[in-house]
Amino acid sequence: MNLLGKLDWSAIPLHEPIIMGATAFMVLVVVAVLGFITMQEAWLYLWREWLTSVDHKRIGVMYCVLALVMLLRGFSDAIMMRAQQAVAAGGAQGYLPPEHFDQIFSAHGTIMIFFMAMPFVVGLMNFAVPLQLGIRDVAFPTLNSVSFWLTASGALLINVSLAVGEFSKAGWWGYPPLSELQFSPGVGVDYYLWSLQISGLGTLLAGINFVTTILKMRAPGMSYMRMPVFCWTALATNLLIVAAFPVLTAVLAMLLLDRYLGFHFFTNDAGGNQMLYANLFWVWGHPEVYILVLPAFGVFSEVIATFSGKPLFGYRSMVAATMAICILSFLVWLHHFFTMGASANVNGFFGVMSMIIALPTGAKVFNWLFTMYGGRVRFSVPVLWSIGFMITFVIGGMTGVLQAVPPADFQLHNSVFLIAHFHNVIIGGVVFGVMAGYNYWFPKAFGFQLDERWGKAAFWCWFIGFYLAFMPLYLLGLMGMTRRMQHYDDLSWQPWLLLAMVGTVVILVGIVCQVVQLVVSIRNREKLRVTGDPWNGRTLEWATASPPPAWNFAVQPRVSGRDALWSSKQRALATKDEPPVRAYEPIEMPKNSATGFVTAFFAVVIGFAMIWHIWWMAGLGVFGAFVTLLTFAFRRRSEIEVPAEQIARFDRAYQAGAAI
Amino acid sequence: MNISVAIDSVPQEVLPSASEAGPAPKRIVVAYGFWIFLLSDIVMFSALFASYAVLGHSTAGGPTGAQLFNQVTVAIETACLLVSSYTCGLMSLAINSRRYLRTYLAALITFALGAAFLTLEIREFASMIAIGATPERSAFLSAFFTLVGCHGLHVTLGLIWLVVMMVQVAVMGFDATAQRRLLCFSLFWHALDIVWVGLFTVVYLMGVSP
Repeated sequence: MNLLGKLDWSAIPLHEPIIMGATAFMVLVVVAVLGFITMQEAWLYLWREWLTSVDHKRIGVMYCVLALVMLLRGFSDAIMMRAQQAVAAGGAQGYLPPEHFDQIFSAHGTIMIFFMAMPFVVGLMNFAVPLQLGIRDVAFPTLNSVSFWLTASGALLINVSLAVGEFSKAGWWGYPPLSELQFSPGVGVDYYLWSLQISGLGTLLAGINFVTTILKMRAPGMSYMRMPVFCWTALATNLLIVAAFPVLTAVLAMLLLDRYLGFHFFTNDAGGNQMLYANLFWVWGHPEVYILVLPAFGVFSEVIATFSGKPLFGYRSMVAATMAICILSFLVWLHHFFTMGASANVNGFFGVMSMIIALPTGAKVFNWLFTMYGGRVRFSVPVLWSIGFMITFVIGGMTGVLQAVPPADFQLHNSVFLIAHFHNVIIGGVVFGVMAGYNYWFPKAFGFQLDERWGKAAFWCWFIGFYLAFMPLYLLGLMGMTRRMQHYDDLSWQPWLLLAMVGTVVILVGIVCQVVQLVVSIRNREKLRVTGDPWNGRTLEWATASPPPAWNFAVQPRVSGRDALWSSKQRALATKDEPPVRAYEPIEMPKNSATGFVTAFFAVVIGFAMIWHIWWMAGLGVFGAFVTLLTFAFRRRSEIEVPAEQIARFDRAYQAGAAI
Repeated sequence: MNISVAIDSVPQEVLPSASEAGPAPKRIVVAYGFWIFLLSDIVMFSALFASYAVLGHSTAGGPTGAQLFNQVTVAIETACLLVSSYTCGLMSLAINSRRYLRTYLAALITFALGAAFLTLEIREFASMIAIGATPERSAFLSAFFTLVGCHGLHVTLGLIWLVVMMVQVAVMGFDATAQRRLLCFSLFWHALDIVWVGLFTVVYLMGVSP
């Protein structure tokens, strides 16, 4: 028996120059970052203040950093695919062999959904929801850290697959029988399955944490109908996570059993049923797109109201629309495979439901428009992203409703028209949303604003680049081009694919602008310093310092209406009273914990060992995780007390500096 | 005296509505969070139930449920699990009145019944495998072993948890943390019963009906 399972030197693809180049680049970046940290002697600081932190704001920032790094990784896959399709026309084969091209589109989808979009929205919720609710932390702070580190473990495993072994060639949803052992005997699908299982567990735990936080931990006076809309959308998203992610866990576990123990859930023989996989996968998968986009809707609601200087139009209808989407999202999954061959009645039902779900979304768009109407709109970077979203998302939504008609879908299924549609809603909705949120909350997180000029340049590049890159795909889809083509014969497609390539380059310029924006802002941070309330905000996160102290609020806020900060600012203006003298009390704060980091370490060990069939190492990993859990369970003190003087000192300094 | 006037004169702080009362106490928050976790766990089981329902007749020429299931064993298993839920309830009562001996005793009986359940289940699995009815034989058997095995895995984890909790009570006493965790444990244990009732009905009763 081999001590290292299937792992040996041939796992490293030394003969593939592109993969080895990418690997070398990745290793160089990692070494450079580690070297920089060592040079700054920042290891202890990093360990104490970040890696073991259970502070929801720090964890939120780490989620967003992970998402931004993975955006770069996922985007490099995108630009490689576009470059391949721009050249591989007629007899040409391009520069990517089929088995590499297949890995790239699989990795692109997996990374962008699970390790870019998910961490970004979870990160924004982590950062903003407890502040908006006026509380000190989430319900389970250590669990929050575990969630983050499990997500990071999944991301790490997916990046290891680049250098050691291979990634899945079965697409980001891994349909069997292609993803079964019979047709994918390599470790690629196993990398896919284990990294999703580990990060999925992290997401599920985050979902439980946030549902509990929002339903049980709001500040005194904050009834449901006084919650900011972002908290409502976060509630809907996390309810969806709790209801949908266990199904993903189950279906991936079934595929794992097929691959590891010879079960027959989805195999061609012994009665396996592949459509069972498709159904279960999309029972998770369709709510997943709403898990991603609902927080983005929340961000737009906050941004539009703040920068229009008006309360959000139709708050109640916004809440109703959010919860309607939350429920309807579980009734549309079959539209991902109308071609399965279900009866006309079944297809008809899911087609109609898919059209109905556009109604609450439409109501939201009108609410945002009416909020802007008659307001003094400041065209800052977050507002640009929001307006760009409204235009783009409406187009994407309409092409979606078009495909909700089953006969039309029979023509468009599996074509690049579909690719154009879901990029239209995911980039136009989710990416624009998280970018708006990133620019909106950055000053709250770090105490200085992001550079406006570079931010605007980034927006315009993304906006124009998106249209150039994806409008041609609609046309190509109607011309009959199917998705996932490593090369094609029809030369009339090539000009459009070249145009799409140009669009991708324009988006690349946008991403470069964002990197420059960040660097420039950090260098000019003294000039860009802001008070606690740089945007003249309406909700409670702007009622504390930027960056907020670990305890968020020196005294527990009391809420007496919607837009809590705005109304208290109005009251203060009207009465011109001296603010009441604040009575400070010591605050119990959760202690830092290495549990999350150590658990994630063992999760990586288990995942890697299972992928390569190194059974003893997997056993060791399980044992290590169990011991970590025991250590956490038996620790004596889980909280530390922040003395009242420290809080008072910070608060006085902040209020003197703020001088609203 | 007008009653509405009397209520109006009470200061607002005295009568906050439930949704405006501010953060709930930790015991409520923990139990609530654990409920949400249990719901997610039941969603996972429902995916396994759905798969079993779809694949239940895909026996690929292999043995069917009617040929394999032994009603007597399953009845004893069910009895073990249901009685263990009762003793788990007794344990909760003992914890509330902070009686160590009763707590240990109830935990011991709960553990023994859970272990008996598991032993019977493993013997059932072993006897099926011995006659070639393995999960590799057919999609029906794959779904069966996964659904029932997943429940068995939960029971196993529950038993480990129970042992850890008893050690914790012995070391740290009935402090607030231990009480909250024991509350979660009993929720978990009862939830496994509910899943088993569904499983018993769908797999074993419907499995042998013609």
